[in-house]
Amino acid sequence: MMSDVWTVMWKERKGLFVSRGSRARALWNLLVPLGLVGIWFPVVEGPNWVSSPLALTALLVPMLLVATTVPDSFAGERERHTLSTLLASRLPDRAMLFGKLAVAVGYGWLVTIIAILLALLTVNAAHWQGHVLLYSPALVVADVVLSLLLAVFVGGVGILISLRAGSVQAAQQLLVTIMLIPPIVLAVILTALHKQVASALGGLDFMQIVLIVIGVLIVADALLLRVTIARFQRARLILG
Amino acid sequence: MNEIAIRTESLTRDFSAVRAVDGLSMEVPSGIIFGFLGPNGSGKTTTINLLLGLLEPTAGKAEVLGFDTRTQPDVVRTRTGALLEYPGLYEQMSAEDNLEFYGRVWKMGISERQSRSKELLVHFGLWERRRESVEKWSRGMKQKLAMARALLHRPSLVFLDEPTAGLDVVAAASLRDDLAGLAAREGVTVFLTTHNMAEAEKLCRLVAVIRKGKLLAVGHPDELRAHTGTPHFEVAGRGFNEDVLGLLRARPEVSAVEVQDNRLSIQLRKEMDVAPLVSLMVGAGVQVEEVRKGKASLEEVFLTLMEEER
Repeated sequence: MMSDVWTVMWKERKGLFVSRGSRARALWNLLVPLGLVGIWFPVVEGPNWVSSPLALTALLVPMLLVATTVPDSFAGERERHTLSTLLASRLPDRAMLFGKLAVAVGYGWLVTIIAILLALLTVNAAHWQGHVLLYSPALVVADVVLSLLLAVFVGGVGILISLRAGSVQAAQQLLVTIMLIPPIVLAVILTALHKQVASALGGLDFMQIVLIVIGVLIVADALLLRVTIARFQRARLILG
Repeated sequence: MNEIAIRTESLTRDFSAVRAVDGLSMEVPSGIIFGFLGPNGSGKTTTINLLLGLLEPTAGKAEVLGFDTRTQPDVVRTRTGALLEYPGLYEQMSAEDNLEFYGRVWKMGISERQSRSKELLVHFGLWERRRESVEKWSRGMKQKLAMARALLHRPSLVFLDEPTAGLDVVAAASLRDDLAGLAAREGVTVFLTTHNMAEAEKLCRLVAVIRKGKLLAVGHPDELRAHTGTPHFEVAGRGFNEDVLGLLRARPEVSAVEVQDNRLSIQLRKEMDVAPLVSLMVGAGVQVEEVRKGKASLEEVFLTLMEEER
């Protein structure tokens, strides 16, 4: 099984930078979040970037990258008429699923780590304080762990959408729209109930809040992966 | 080696109210090219999907290379190759990488997949262009590469779903020659679906005709002709007037007579010696230049079967 997952990852990696037939588009999708999170925001925000929750902006990077990669990988196989040949091979369903998901998530996560490190370099270079500025431990945990869990979450939702979408573009549009819903709902709740939320969270420090969010996301990811495994089956895919 | 590559018994598959494959029972011997003929929507592709274990039958069963497609679909797919409706190539990747990927899928060792890839790319005349991405290749080249991919792991059985559809005459002929050569050399069983009757006639030792999911006939093309086709012969010459045509139509062994551009086409009710009919024509003043006895083409057999089923 693992060697099959590696085989799928080998193929996915080859196709990673030729997203929808355009290397330029794939490069653009990579450089825009890197430029914003790794250079622009740290320059504008200065030393504040490494000590405030502003650094959590980096969490947008895996979400954006996975949201473009997963539909291309899953719905793209059907759109480009390569799916039926793949299904007619000996590859197990789960090897296809995990190989594709691993590359999309791994790519999104790796770029996020690079963006976080680039941001640190940018802050120190642009706003030198006489000593090296470092992220607070809570921010490191939040950025590194949450970015991975968010990448898996977006990947899982992306797979479910891609299995039903008519095209890569339709899957990407729907996925991005769905991704926007939780932050909007959260913003509305925080705005309307900010006193209640503040008092509820008043006893918790930032690290504790991060750990709670990590726990919630682990449960959500596990549930989502179970559903995805159940849905990603040859007999369903061949009829799709 | 199993002598029967494919065996189906009352194989049936429904999609809601539509019966795509209807009680299909047949046997495909190993080592031959088997033609599976039928019009669009007759159930050919669904049959391939059932045989590959990609779909479960609603009723009946199928065995491929001795393995049950319902309970051992993974084993079936491990031992077979397929070129389905589309070439299924990763067009942004090179020809070499497409084969490399499927070589890894089939768990071939590095040296084995490299040497086999080279062998097939050379055979199909693609070796010089192996490092190009296949995106800009002609359809014929892509189809050849897809055929190479299907044969890469030396499967005992390969499914080819209309491999020459959409190719120009030259590319189709070239692909057919390659296929025939490879099948003979490697002893692989080929399950070939096609619309092209001339192709089936040229390549296939056995053919089956399917319509609306039902098997109408199966056998060697000659057997099908004998059972279904109409024997006929053609006479080239002059003097095919109404009197001559009347004489011929009056003969009990003649079923139809037609003249076109100094060529007389006579359909017979059964295979027979045509010399008496030629003598009759000469006696009636026809100047005979050439007589050609013809067999019904597979296309005529196919059309007759379609007509009978209606």
